[in-house]
Amino acid sequence: MAKTSSRLSRREFTAIVMGFLGSIMGAVIGLPLIGYIISPVIKAKKIDDWVSLGALENYPIGIPTLFSFTRTKVNGWEQTTNSYGVYILRESESSVKVFSNVCTHLSCRVNWVPETQTFNCPCHDAKFDINGNVVYGPPPRPMDRWGDEEINIDADGNLLIHFTEG
Amino acid sequence: MGVKIFEWLDERLGLKEIYNTVLDRRVPKVNWWFTLGSASLFLCLMQGLTGIFLTMYYVPDPTKAYDSIEYIMNGVTFGWLIRGIHHWGASLLVILVFIHMLRTFFYGAYKYPREITWLTGVGLLLFTLGMGFTGYLLPWNQRAFWATTVGTEIAGAVPPRALGEFILKVLRGGVDLSAVTLARFFSAHIWILPAVFLALLGIHMYLIVKLGISSVPLDDE
Repeated sequence: MAKTSSRLSRREFTAIVMGFLGSIMGAVIGLPLIGYIISPVIKAKKIDDWVSLGALENYPIGIPTLFSFTRTKVNGWEQTTNSYGVYILRESESSVKVFSNVCTHLSCRVNWVPETQTFNCPCHDAKFDINGNVVYGPPPRPMDRWGDEEINIDADGNLLIHFTEG
Repeated sequence: MGVKIFEWLDERLGLKEIYNTVLDRRVPKVNWWFTLGSASLFLCLMQGLTGIFLTMYYVPDPTKAYDSIEYIMNGVTFGWLIRGIHHWGASLLVILVFIHMLRTFFYGAYKYPREITWLTGVGLLLFTLGMGFTGYLLPWNQRAFWATTVGTEIAGAVPPRALGEFILKVLRGGVDLSAVTLARFFSAHIWILPAVFLALLGIHMYLIVKLGISSVPLDDE
């Protein structure tokens, strides 16, 4: 066949067919691989629970008190048990604040220090006051707090919080 | 734009030269039996690719191995596909390299100057079988356990008796088929055997490019 012919040469035809088939084969493997890699993200289990923190009257007034609880979920082939902590601050007989003990900077756990009246984070020296406001250090926002609609006190006087994750 | 970038790269990397040397080689007029080498190479790449991704979820520990594969098969998106390709590809690869070897043998393609291509090919065949054998244990199910019991016992039958027993213990990492066996089979399967395999494959491929492939022998040859 002459070079000037506008018709497809055997060589060009082969190249196109190979490119086409190669693309299909690449997609058949490549696209599922993306799903394969991000699968644990898509299929992550969510937690949506009301957690009882015990009788409200047991918490002292004016002193943030830590309550720890665990939740278990399945990750892949293992049961993962995570421990969570919340600080309960009873301001008066009826009004209560519940803080997450997770530092808003990079998720280390904060501790209440009575001497300085602050929540201190051991990782980057952050300090929050008794109301969760940042008084020192790098955190971008105050401590996370449960809103009023996320807190409940049942008929027996138990304090409950709406706990979600994922 | 694309052309300019390509030319800039080509001037420095010699891309066209690589293409011409490796893919645009002159080949004699041959038949379909000559495609088995390329097919084997393609399957090797698939085994490598899917194998790499299987290690993302697989755990080589007796208490977790089976569960992790169960998770790959039933929990992970397209996990069944990735493991399925690896599982069936392994068997298909053994078949392909075997027929590839038979073609080379019956066409006399192992003769001068291609003896080293043949010898590295023998190594590649053995390492393929080695990876098949070590991979077989990894699911840690009944079949895997007893196949490896039998396989290592066969290796242990090497005379004299003391040597055979030593080989058996080295393969198992002790007298028993244990967590140590699973860990070392995994290590051999994904690191040691593939590393040597790749070295041999490099020589094999280099020689194919350097020497070219043999033609189909004539009737009176």
